[in-house]
Amino acid sequence: MIELDVNGQRYELEAPVGRSLADVLRDDLGLIGTKIACGEGHCGACTVQLDGVPVLSCITLVHTVGSRKITTIEGLRDHPLVDAFVVADALQCGFCTPGQIVSASALVAANPSPSKDEIRHAMAGNLCRCGTYPKIEEAIQAWQG
Amino acid sequence: MARLIKTEKEVEGRYTEQWIVVDEDALDQWPEGPLEVVGQAVPRIDGHDRARGLAGYTADVRLPGLLQAAVLRSPHAHARVRSIDLSRALAADGVRAAIGPDDIEGLTDEPAYMGAPVAAVAADTFGQARAAVWLIEVEWEELEPLLDPDEAVKQGSLLDESETYERGDFERGLVEADAVVEAEYRTQVVLHNALETHQSIAHWEDGGVTIYISTQYIWGVRAAVAKLTGLPQDKVRVICLAMGGGFGAKNSPGDYTPIAVELAKRTGQPVRCALTRREENVAAGNRNATIQRITAAARADGILTALGGEFVNAIGHGGWSSSTEGPMQMLYACENMRTVKHSAKLNLPPMAAFRAPGFVEGTFGLECLLDELAAKLDIDPLELRRRNYADSDRLDERPFSSKQLAECYRRAEPHWARRDEVRASSFGPWKRGVGLASQIWYGGGGPPSYAWVRVGSDGHAQVVTAMQDIGTGSRTAMAQIAAEELGIPIDHVHVSLGDSARGPYSTLSAGSSTIPSMGPATRAAAADAKRQIIEIAAQRFDVEERVLDLKGGKIVSADGGSWDLTEITGLLEDAQILGKGARGPNPTGMRVLTFGVQVAEVAVDVETGEVRVDKIVAIHDVGRVINTLGASSQVEGGIIQGLGHTLSEERLMDPASGRILTQTLDTYKLPTIADVPEIVIDLVDVPDPHLTNLGAKGLGEPPIIPVAAAIANAIRDATGADVRSLPISREELLKALREAEAKKREPVGTAAS
Repeated sequence: MIELDVNGQRYELEAPVGRSLADVLRDDLGLIGTKIACGEGHCGACTVQLDGVPVLSCITLVHTVGSRKITTIEGLRDHPLVDAFVVADALQCGFCTPGQIVSASALVAANPSPSKDEIRHAMAGNLCRCGTYPKIEEAIQAWQG
Repeated sequence: MARLIKTEKEVEGRYTEQWIVVDEDALDQWPEGPLEVVGQAVPRIDGHDRARGLAGYTADVRLPGLLQAAVLRSPHAHARVRSIDLSRALAADGVRAAIGPDDIEGLTDEPAYMGAPVAAVAADTFGQARAAVWLIEVEWEELEPLLDPDEAVKQGSLLDESETYERGDFERGLVEADAVVEAEYRTQVVLHNALETHQSIAHWEDGGVTIYISTQYIWGVRAAVAKLTGLPQDKVRVICLAMGGGFGAKNSPGDYTPIAVELAKRTGQPVRCALTRREENVAAGNRNATIQRITAAARADGILTALGGEFVNAIGHGGWSSSTEGPMQMLYACENMRTVKHSAKLNLPPMAAFRAPGFVEGTFGLECLLDELAAKLDIDPLELRRRNYADSDRLDERPFSSKQLAECYRRAEPHWARRDEVRASSFGPWKRGVGLASQIWYGGGGPPSYAWVRVGSDGHAQVVTAMQDIGTGSRTAMAQIAAEELGIPIDHVHVSLGDSARGPYSTLSAGSSTIPSMGPATRAAAADAKRQIIEIAAQRFDVEERVLDLKGGKIVSADGGSWDLTEITGLLEDAQILGKGARGPNPTGMRVLTFGVQVAEVAVDVETGEVRVDKIVAIHDVGRVINTLGASSQVEGGIIQGLGHTLSEERLMDPASGRILTQTLDTYKLPTIADVPEIVIDLVDVPDPHLTNLGAKGLGEPPIIPVAAAIANAIRDATGADVRSLPISREELLKALREAEAKKREPVGTAAS
């Protein structure tokens, strides 16, 4: 039995050794906002935060999470970045977008007014095949309204 | 009255004639320019759901009893299955069914490319299914793979017969020329890599089968599954509510849908067959490589006297042969032409359409060769293009329904004029330059496509159509069009799409056709509802219909009367006003095409071969722009994919075995946010006066087309090097620089004339 703190909620569940955090979130807890696009830590779609630090949940074993607080897109639904992304049109198909917003919210929590270079550095691990990058940059610069 | 007429339909450059029924009067186009809702920047109406992770993609569908499939794919480029034994797999934990080559047509015992599906397993979890696949015992007989495209042409291994096209007299054109340039251009295999992998769920229920699928063509999947299962089409329901990208690769059911259908049938449970990222990079289709041996000839004044070449499409073992020679045939007014296209069939994964298939590749060759010609003639490259401007379609002398390319060139001038300044900003090993390339492509869409619009007592409208929004924002565009026609705010319009059981037929979302096909149908449906509202209002308020209009959520009369829309719709309580609309025919005897030009500014480190793209200016004629915000996103997306195609993306294959080496996103280099240049967008927002009730052409594909040539031409401008092979890696660039140096050292007079 393991205990997880996800978006402020406490969960107790059984998980076999080797199960990824992404699979637990999506399949055991039904938190499908976290997407799996490559399954091996190359694309960033599955990004969640552990104690505010972005991690790739598809290559994070659930047993290594411990007491760290997990934040998924479901915990960030009212974050001002969501509006900023929509207003800037920083999403097309939207499959990478939850991961983008999770990464971006970690960035702006530490650095509310990041420069263009800081945005590019922090967000380079989140791939978007539709090519929304210019609008993502715009959204992160505009999130404070 | 329903009228039966014949019209021409084009998808990805392939034309078919078809019958359509037109049963309403054609509407006049709206005036040019931004309107109340259409032509404005409207954030996508499903944006919050997608951003919050609430949108349900196929990958998110959860059904009771859902099984997961895994596929045994051939590890060999060409092999024969001498024997296969599924028994150990069938006995494994959690496994509910296993199928092999004898069970369905889609599984093969003679795989002709690495990744060809041979067997499949359904189990309670994906992990169990994948583990069971390892237990399938296969005795392979490896066969010699055919991998070289020129060799395939020589041996007659062709997907289609070779095609020759001629007009005028190519040889005479060469004789009349003052300058001739010949070169071999090559483009690589690139992969779509939509972030949602190809996948479907099959669920047998209610005497039929429901397919949840990440697709660009709900109705194509419906027809294919009906054929596969022998079910009537209405017993096949296809659902795609939110879709995680396609770029051309998701136009068909693929191999995974028949596998899911069969495994679901055998188990009596729903089955998901989802490709892994590695399968996606091997077996989900690709943009095929090309070899282009091409010639351009012109008089001293720059008038082209001949264009021609041999084009080899290095197609895998399936797919189709796109028109790599199309840009050469269509872009310029050249009288003398001869093109030959060979479609080499190889033991490599099948080709699938990828954003402007053929034209991306062909434009790279043609537009670079034209700059080589311009350099030889000492004519400004933009001027050279203007001198060869085509006023009508040169394939069959049809007039264009609209062509704003001259206006695009005019708007390019200030950006093009920066090249002295840009060159002068070269510093140390960093050489700077500017290049441009033109764009031509289809994108007119066509019938059939249908929409319904229902207006309820609250004055809100629902657009109902079984089209798919693959991420382009077509859902939002439909809402805008209905809102404009009904004179109501966009947030009073809702769109129901993505389910073949809940709405009429819609076009496929490929060939830049969703907006030009579905937009006019949606407007016609909204206009039908509007007509009924006005007829009812005229009776209720005792005024003439012809003085009434819908504006700002009100019914307004020319004599100053004004009533809230809900005064009429509210009368009806639970009743609804139902409008229906269809896409009308394409303009008779005309060629509907999109045009554009892009200007690139680059910096090249001549010591290391690094290329940095500083800026791309994209100027395109796509007719009326429905959503300026969404349109700019489409242009940026096309350019960024083009950037990857030009500089970093390449599917690598072991030339000895035909095995695919780049299967993961750390080896296959997609552009990241850190790679994006400044992008300037200028859309010539003039409706095509002959095309539908909107005058809107397609936009999805045009922006990717000229990117590679514009960048390569800018590299030539910066360094003098002719880069003729994609991707332009450092190695490729340093090689081109060495060749340019060697050419400079040749004594005058020995260079080819």
